Amino acid sequence: MSAEGISRFDLVIAGVGGQGTILASDIIGKAAVKENMSVRAAETHGMAQRGGSVVNHIRLDCELGSMIPMKGADVLLALEPSEALRYLEFLSDDGVIIVNTDPILPVTVTSGLCSYPDVDAIVERLEQSHDVKALNATELAKGAGHPQSMNVVMVGAVSKYLPISVDTILECVRELVPQKTIDINVKSFEMGRSITQE
Amino acid sequence: MSTREYMLGNVAIARGIVEGGGQVISGYPGTPSSEIIGTLAAMKDRDYYVEWSVNEKVALEVAAGAAMAGVRSVVTMKHVGLNMAADPLMTLAYTGVKGSMVIIVADDPSCHSSQNEQDTRRYSQFSLIPCLDPATPQEAKDMMPYAFEFSNKVQMPVIFRPTTRISHGKSDIELGPVNKTKPEADFQKQLERWVMVPKNARVQHVHLLELQKEILAELEDCPWNELDIYEDASVGVIASGIASVYAKEAIIKLGVNASFLKIGTYPVPENKIRTLMENSERIIIFEEMEPVVEEQVRIIAQEIGSRVEIVGKLQGPVPRIFELNTDICADVLAEVLELKRQAVPAEVTEDFDYDACRIDLPMRPPVMCPGCSHRATFHVMKKVYGKNAIFPSDIGCYTLGIQSGTVDTTLCMGGSITVASGMYQAGEKKPICCSIGDSTFFHTGMNGLLNAIYNKADITVTIVDNRITAMTGHQPNPGMGKTATGEQTTEVSIEALCRGLGAEFVETVDTYDMKQMEEVFKRAKGYKGTSVVITRQLCVIDAKRSGIRRKPFTIDADACVGCRLCVNLGCPAIEFDMETKKASINAMCTGCGVCAHMCKFDAIQEVKK
Repeated sequence: MSAEGISRFDLVIAGVGGQGTILASDIIGKAAVKENMSVRAAETHGMAQRGGSVVNHIRLDCELGSMIPMKGADVLLALEPSEALRYLEFLSDDGVIIVNTDPILPVTVTSGLCSYPDVDAIVERLEQSHDVKALNATELAKGAGHPQSMNVVMVGAVSKYLPISVDTILECVRELVPQKTIDINVKSFEMGRSITQE
Repeated sequence: MSTREYMLGNVAIARGIVEGGGQVISGYPGTPSSEIIGTLAAMKDRDYYVEWSVNEKVALEVAAGAAMAGVRSVVTMKHVGLNMAADPLMTLAYTGVKGSMVIIVADDPSCHSSQNEQDTRRYSQFSLIPCLDPATPQEAKDMMPYAFEFSNKVQMPVIFRPTTRISHGKSDIELGPVNKTKPEADFQKQLERWVMVPKNARVQHVHLLELQKEILAELEDCPWNELDIYEDASVGVIASGIASVYAKEAIIKLGVNASFLKIGTYPVPENKIRTLMENSERIIIFEEMEPVVEEQVRIIAQEIGSRVEIVGKLQGPVPRIFELNTDICADVLAEVLELKRQAVPAEVTEDFDYDACRIDLPMRPPVMCPGCSHRATFHVMKKVYGKNAIFPSDIGCYTLGIQSGTVDTTLCMGGSITVASGMYQAGEKKPICCSIGDSTFFHTGMNGLLNAIYNKADITVTIVDNRITAMTGHQPNPGMGKTATGEQTTEVSIEALCRGLGAEFVETVDTYDMKQMEEVFKRAKGYKGTSVVITRQLCVIDAKRSGIRRKPFTIDADACVGCRLCVNLGCPAIEFDMETKKASINAMCTGCGVCAHMCKFDAIQEVKK
């Protein structure tokens, strides 16, 4: 859990290279800076981007390092179900998992080298130890107009937990997504937010 | 207007270069350093010169020339790039500079995107060139204007060493004023200083050693070294660079009462270390990678006859490999100070024993993109040269060909052609076919090819030309006819270059034309001597960005016999259903058609509208 004198809110965003984890992290980071918080974030670049597993750390109101300690995160935002399991050790015991249930099969699976676990079993496993909000963000994004806005659906879903006002986050969504896709992304954000508001 | 902005560490460093009034900036791409020049090249209203150079040695010399002429220069590279640029570096320490020069070398502890995890601070000790080591992206930005001033003051280049977590970390950054005054280039002839013949070098070496006292005095009390002595604290913690924020967090977490020395410069602040020693019974040192600070602390302890207990990595328990983090620092503090600590990472891993929960996670390694031309090249290469052939390779996206069985060695930039030559000269009888990318060929492959041809190596050199420096984030190179800032320039012909180096067998083929490629490789294999095959096709990411769209392909399930030939290509767009035993193509298909060429049953067809 984030702690006094260290950080106010620690968020881990897990996903697959190409899903837009960096944009999701940027929206939240920029919004926090607008509300006068210090922000520290760590990103995966380079080799790991080519369809590999990626993880971003983002710490709000923190002036130390960007890396969240083990069992330190308040929320684990997973853009892909198996990646939620992969980075579970960063989540604190009373932390919350928000997980997109739409899987992306790695080449090791599509080529038949490994098998991909049953998504329901993943969610069940996560629920054994933590509070879980599972949603098919990819389907919601399609409904909003484009599957690529899945990352913004997830930002909407986590927005309820963040110590940042919704208006500021939405302002940053508008500023950071491509101009032509603002409407789709705003809609995506709201769809994601309504899931965790229930 | 707000002066605080949320930015990437490398963007903050670029901003620091602008604030400090940088005038000539050169570099060669390398993760995690690449975005510094990318950011500067993309800025509007540039009042500086910025270039992608062809390699780090060249880049360092360009920046050195600019600083000899009296302006402020910067060169950027990743840690291993400095090995290549070490030749000019070591003698530049003798000549010094007239303007200012900052040598930015980004280290990569844990090898996130690198072939080794060498520590640039060792080069600082080796060359006697001072080094700055930022703890946060903010400090990294703030250090740049200081580095220019300091360099000018001592008339020496300064090494600036961010690590991956600084360069690829993001943070709110408080912007500073921009230095608009720019000295004009005006080279002054001064043979005893700029011409390092033995007579002058001997004098300059003495000068370099004498200068160390002034450098140390200057750095001792600079803002990057901070000492906090706490009354009643018997423990002193020393932490350098980014390790200082991890150590601080661990100290807060464990509630340890410790005096704290944060180090941001090399040479290290000796007086502050002495003061800490006099006020502590035990000193614990946190630094990533090599025990550079620790060795200095031990030397100082011996000099002053201190009996303080020194804990670091020479005798453990601080690890000498990989990145540090808050957990490692807390574990060390807890162990050394005999404190209780919960949530030790090892226990966490035990808690989450995936096997026990019966959920095995599939591996998700980085792979070549769907439609990447390297995949086709490797497939044909292996078919023609055979599985037993030797395939030395190089550094770039194509290193991911390790999954295709066509990357047998990867040593360093340009180390494909040369390693291949050495194997041939050793008497190796198996066929040898190496691979190297366009940018890597311009970097150091050219020398290797010249050497291979000159010494009659009977090997095939495959230049996988995707017309961009892809792996590091799509930087332009001399083969593209475009500079860092997008200006048109001479488009260097790789074919003409190879012929100029003496190659007589040079053939170019479209990588997506598998049939033609196979014939070319067969001819190259049969050729006695050094043959060059250039397989050319735009990087798929770049092709997509420039608006090229191809029709995707589909698999006729009735025609598919489940032979898995296409699946074995390892393209993320091709899936195999274990139940139906049929392959299929997903939405990631870019329409390269390589799998259709391979299918023996004509089951793969272009999607018809």
